[in-house]
Amino acid sequence: MKTVASSNFEIVAREDFSDVTYLLEVRHPLMAKAARPGQFVIIMCQKDGERIPLTIADFDREKGTVTLVVQAVGKTTKEMQQTCRVGTRLFAMVGPMGLPSHASGAKKVVCVGGGLGVAPIYPQARAFKENGAYVIGVVGFRSKNLVFWEDKFRQCCDEFIICTDDGSAGIKGLVVDGIKLAIRNHSDIDEVVAIGPPVMMRACAEATRPHGIKTMVSLNPIMVDGTGMCGGCRVKVGEQVRFACVDGPDFDGHQVDFDDLMSRLRRFAEEEKAAMQRWSASCRMKVPSESASLVIGQPIAAEDLAAALELPDPFQEVGGG
Amino acid sequence: MAKKKTIRTIPQERTPVRELDPRERGKHFKEVACGYRVEDALNEAERCLLCPQPACVAGCPVSIDIPGFITKISAKDFRGAYDVITATNLLPAICGRVCPQETQCEGVCPVGETLEPVAIGRLERWVGDLAIAENWSSIPYLEASGFRIGIVGSGPAGMACAADMAKAGCEVTVYEAFHEPGGVLKYGIPDFRLPNTVIDAEIENLRKLGVKFECNTLVGRLFTIEQMIDEMGFHAVFIGTGAGYPSLLGIPGDSLNGVLSANELLTRCNLMVARDFPNHDTPVPLGRQVAVIGSGNTAMDAMRVCLRLGAEKVHCIYRRTKAESPARAEELHHAEEEGIEFHWLTNPVEILDDGKGNVRGMRCIRMELGAPDESGRRRPVPVAGSEFEFETDMVVFAIGTNANPIMGQTSGLKLNHRGYIAVDADLATSIAGVYAGGDIVTGAATVIEAMGAGRKAARSMKAYLGIRDSESAEPVPGADAIFGIDPRERNFVRVRLG
Repeated sequence: MKTVASSNFEIVAREDFSDVTYLLEVRHPLMAKAARPGQFVIIMCQKDGERIPLTIADFDREKGTVTLVVQAVGKTTKEMQQTCRVGTRLFAMVGPMGLPSHASGAKKVVCVGGGLGVAPIYPQARAFKENGAYVIGVVGFRSKNLVFWEDKFRQCCDEFIICTDDGSAGIKGLVVDGIKLAIRNHSDIDEVVAIGPPVMMRACAEATRPHGIKTMVSLNPIMVDGTGMCGGCRVKVGEQVRFACVDGPDFDGHQVDFDDLMSRLRRFAEEEKAAMQRWSASCRMKVPSESASLVIGQPIAAEDLAAALELPDPFQEVGGG
Repeated sequence: MAKKKTIRTIPQERTPVRELDPRERGKHFKEVACGYRVEDALNEAERCLLCPQPACVAGCPVSIDIPGFITKISAKDFRGAYDVITATNLLPAICGRVCPQETQCEGVCPVGETLEPVAIGRLERWVGDLAIAENWSSIPYLEASGFRIGIVGSGPAGMACAADMAKAGCEVTVYEAFHEPGGVLKYGIPDFRLPNTVIDAEIENLRKLGVKFECNTLVGRLFTIEQMIDEMGFHAVFIGTGAGYPSLLGIPGDSLNGVLSANELLTRCNLMVARDFPNHDTPVPLGRQVAVIGSGNTAMDAMRVCLRLGAEKVHCIYRRTKAESPARAEELHHAEEEGIEFHWLTNPVEILDDGKGNVRGMRCIRMELGAPDESGRRRPVPVAGSEFEFETDMVVFAIGTNANPIMGQTSGLKLNHRGYIAVDADLATSIAGVYAGGDIVTGAATVIEAMGAGRKAARSMKAYLGIRDSESAEPVPGADAIFGIDPRERNFVRVRLG
């Protein structure tokens, strides 16, 4: 076999789940072949862009594509929302990075996804199912109109619990309420896997701690290279300092120091804000004839921005990557 | 034949090199040392005694024929000088800048016993820069050997290995995880010390030799070393991934925002061009009072980068003294000139929080030198009761690196007890056909040592593949070498000279 490793990172499909969440399917046959649940990629949108880590949401070995689900919150992800169309290319995509999630022999698992964690929890749920486990899926959204991939989840989950903030779909509440429900109904859960914003993962870990259920979380701190070289992604796990890019991204949720993680995610809040303001100003200068469904070309209220920055979702870009 | 030169007849003063004004250069990333002009090079070449048993050649990790190329300079055969150097070292413009000459060739130069040694590094750089300016690179016709070689990592070890294997007629592919080739030369060494244009020119030379570079490729994870040999059709593989897993301070407060590794700082600034934020998207943190822990070349680079980014004051914190500092003499000198404040015999014990997760200062302790340790250097020991507070809002640690775990995680390669790849005397790993060299074998070292390892591995790979090599052959006196080609290696057919 004579293989050319490179791909030109062409976007072959795109789907918009909401005004901020979009899916990109990128052609990269070799990566589709190598990727395993729990791994991530680092992409660059353009030559002078930043490197941002994104968890692999799915991969299709037959089609030779890797799927990413992106939430437009920062300068780069908002810019990508405008520029990444079918037929265009990313400047760079490298991976799969990180240790794959361990395919544990758990008999009964709860797979929890909140926010952007919904996408990357899917291949994990599917892998558990393929390993013969009883899979309970728990996913959280703000409201019914933001729900995506329900069909995909139902295909690989024995039970599936949707949680919405407003109760417009599934149960009214947070994913933690979903976990509690699952624990009430099943006394023999071996493992919980939770992916989502740090606050959510911490809440999940706290919900399972009294029951002594092993809980794995997937961390996505600020990174540059993703190969263990810069140490920017260091996290405290128990007594140790680990690099999320090569020692993770999965860690024991009962051991992770979430305060430290969240503080470090705010490292570039100021710079990210400056970049956003500058970028949205430059967008206003341009002709505002972009697709009307896109809100990104419009001025962004400072408080929205602050809210977005206050609590970085680990599955979206955090400034500085 | 001219009269034999003696220590009395040669120019007594080492030819100075023009440097940018220290007050000016702190404001930009232009190269500090301007390099020789023709007359400087000719004058300095006169200072070489052309020793019959040259100590300098033995002192060079890749055994450049130093008197040979200096002779060519004196004869104004500058192209000839380039050919002599590139017979053993493909990257003179890089090595002339970053080699620690004072401990290698220049350190053993007999002229240096009485006067300042011959400025071999500056002469090498001058030849390399001239070659780039003149676009010298004869592309020889290489008879294809039919072998395919995979090289993991495009830093100095990989580049040196790639050059030798390409010259042996192999089809060479170099894999790089970053989006640009060059490895530590690109992400680590700043422009004011080694301009990216120089690296790109040297990489272009490799491309002309037929070497292919595949970026955005994380070997180990995208495909494994075993797959390269078993499935991808590579007959031999060289691993030169570098050490790159920064050692942490391991003191309270080391995860505060504003504490970062020199690798992170340098990668952001050099490769990602964060110095041009927000025109480039990558930001770089910057404090007013920056403290850099460590005193090696990486620490010097980090300090001088911070200064150029606009820090008010940059401090160097080192637990030993200037005499033990592992930095190149020229880098230390430049750092001092630019106003870096050095705090010798000082060690940090805690980084202090401003209450919001940022650095507000550092608690340090004074050290004194005790008995020598296993490295032969006197071990620094803390002075009891000497702790003091140090004002800083950004701490950069440049205290060395550990082995990067990716190769070990993804292959069956045998590692040593420190996690580096275990190799035999020929740099062969535990997998047949797979060789390794540079920092991933030795731990952090220098660019030229990594290049030496890359060349050594290339020799072993040629032997393994049965490509004729003439390591043991007698040098052919006066034989002409063309670009990067050693005529002693009679393993190729030249039909066209450039």
